[in-house]
Amino acid sequence: MKAPSVLARSSRWFLSGALIAGVMLGVAAAPSQAASPAAGPPIKIGFSVSLSGDFSSDGQAILQGYRLWAADVNSHGGLLGRKVRLIYYDDASSTTQVQTDYTKLITSDKVDLTFGPFSTLLTIPATAVARRYGYAFLAPAGGGPLVFQQNFHNFFFVQPSPVARNLVSFTHWLLTLPKSRRPTTAAYVTIDDPFAKPEVDTARGILSRHGVRSVYYTVVPSEVTDFQPMALSAAHTHAQLVVIGSPGPDLSIALINGFKQQHYNPKAIIATSGPDQGKTFSKAVGLRNTEGIMVPEGWWYGAKTYQNTRFISEYLRTYHGTVADISQDTPEAYSVGQVAQQAVTKIGSLDNGKLIAELHRGTFQSVQGPMRFDSAGRPQGESFIVQWRNGNTVPVYPAQYAVKSVEYPKPHWH
Amino acid sequence: MDLIYGAIVTGILTGGVYALMASGLTLVFGVMDIINVGQGALVILGAYLAYALEQHLHLDPFLSLLLTIPALFLVGVVIEVAIIRRLKRDRTMLSILVTFAVALIIEGLLTLFFTTNLVKIDAWYVDNSFPVGSVYVAYIYLFGFILSVVLLAALWAFLYRTKFGQGIRATVQNRTAAELIGINVARVETITFGIGVSLAAAGGMVYGAINTFNPVSAYDLISRLLVIIILGGMGSLFGALVAALFMLIVEDVTSVVWSPVWATLVFYVVLAAVLLVRAQGVFGKVATRRQ
Repeated sequence: MKAPSVLARSSRWFLSGALIAGVMLGVAAAPSQAASPAAGPPIKIGFSVSLSGDFSSDGQAILQGYRLWAADVNSHGGLLGRKVRLIYYDDASSTTQVQTDYTKLITSDKVDLTFGPFSTLLTIPATAVARRYGYAFLAPAGGGPLVFQQNFHNFFFVQPSPVARNLVSFTHWLLTLPKSRRPTTAAYVTIDDPFAKPEVDTARGILSRHGVRSVYYTVVPSEVTDFQPMALSAAHTHAQLVVIGSPGPDLSIALINGFKQQHYNPKAIIATSGPDQGKTFSKAVGLRNTEGIMVPEGWWYGAKTYQNTRFISEYLRTYHGTVADISQDTPEAYSVGQVAQQAVTKIGSLDNGKLIAELHRGTFQSVQGPMRFDSAGRPQGESFIVQWRNGNTVPVYPAQYAVKSVEYPKPHWH
Repeated sequence: MDLIYGAIVTGILTGGVYALMASGLTLVFGVMDIINVGQGALVILGAYLAYALEQHLHLDPFLSLLLTIPALFLVGVVIEVAIIRRLKRDRTMLSILVTFAVALIIEGLLTLFFTTNLVKIDAWYVDNSFPVGSVYVAYIYLFGFILSVVLLAALWAFLYRTKFGQGIRATVQNRTAAELIGINVARVETITFGIGVSLAAAGGMVYGAINTFNPVSAYDLISRLLVIIILGGMGSLFGALVAALFMLIVEDVTSVVWSPVWATLVFYVVLAAVLLVRAQGVFGKVATRRQ
């Protein structure tokens, strides 16, 4: 996640204006696809999504998830017997535009429910708007510590664990290794980002306390695009473990390519994001060089979770490609719909006050597994570690999710 | 010490590529007083063209320049004839707005055709590297630098060793006088703009092989290119080269010695200091016109 430059920000204002008009006229205003017996007007669900700007890649994947869920609901009788209609605007990855979008959705479009955008950066101002109007806010992304520090009572982060704990499973696995095999040194490179940095800092704290010496730690400003010096510096330390804090795929890809160029082969590499981007990642680093690289995940295509098979078949039918092409953002967004659907069905109403109470109380099923939230909307589960193996990603830790054991040390670059 | 050495080598090689990308921008400003803020988007367009040719026709990215440079030259000519030429008053200011519009159109089209997923140009020399002392340098950095030097030298020879180049330089010095002695200034401007844009094809190809990119990469890029030509002196090719090398070396060395947090800041402090002493940049317009 890069902070937009001044020029970029201003340009996105222009662009977002044009896109808002386009989106409203062309896509969002159109009712969602499937026709079903409807008792009453459609239920309007509003959200803001980054279709342009720095988060546009994730934004489009989130939109796919919401659309798939809406199509699924409508083809199975709707919600409370009514059709679901999605209304959305492009926020151009801007923290100010996202507030405008939600204000408009709530006050002008008078949506019944609100779903979240991408990233912690956008989720905080968006949730504040939703809270002002008493709306429950279910977010597919944006679970950085900053969000929970706001103590939003209406916020629910629909992923298995809070973002800051995403790498905890990885540290647990590492510490299961006998001391003689465990890496003794680690390099940490992270973007200065409310999503990625807390994950890396948590992992660094745990590993340092258990004797894995931190030999390189650098925080990269979000506007930096040339990551070659960081790759050079990390390689120079010969650290046995590399932890990359990347909110999007760019830092992970650049560092891994830099390591290849420097013939630097750490025993293990894990990134907060990037290796979870399917073909985007494997094409950028080379399929053979993905082998052994790890990433924390909340969803896996092979998991026996609620409606996961249905989700995958709907995805492939609608968007084609292979399961490896499915971005993590898409099932996360789909899960938001699933949780909202179950909670609304349970209370039998669209009253947001009752919905908030139910979301705090209940346990809900999703393609990411069961979801439960504490008073600040923190999920109560844990993420698992996925590793690239023979051109695909498979869960490797903890045991209840693992399909294979961890490949360690990672093979050398090709 | 190894790290500083490595950072200097990388800074020089990357700086050459940035100089190539900035040279089109500074050439157009020197001749036409036009600030083409669409240059970043044109560089990314060049990167996507090379990417598409590599993906679909398996054409080597350097070979693809034989197609993409003329293609972008034509794009530049069309932009100049259709839009820039119609600006009769306040050209410098209005050019910022219209070229910004061009950038938005290009970004929109690229998003439509290629989506916003990050991509990277691939070839055997992109990830393979060779030792230079204690560090490794990927072949693409070396090849990109050589390409930059060759194209910048060719551009220099064109400007200083051909009759048409003489016309361009005359237009830079005094547009009215150039018209009076029979130079077709409108034609000179069209071709200059075309050349400026065509350089984006080469710069974009190397940029796309070094970095992952998507249509919005243009914004970060144009910010850096503008800084380079301001430091070097708007309108000066040599200034663009020196400023690009200086910027990349300062940033890379600061990153490895100190922290990436300070890399940009240190460079901008130097930029501010230089502009306080020489508001027109190190090789500002006066120096260019004496060339």
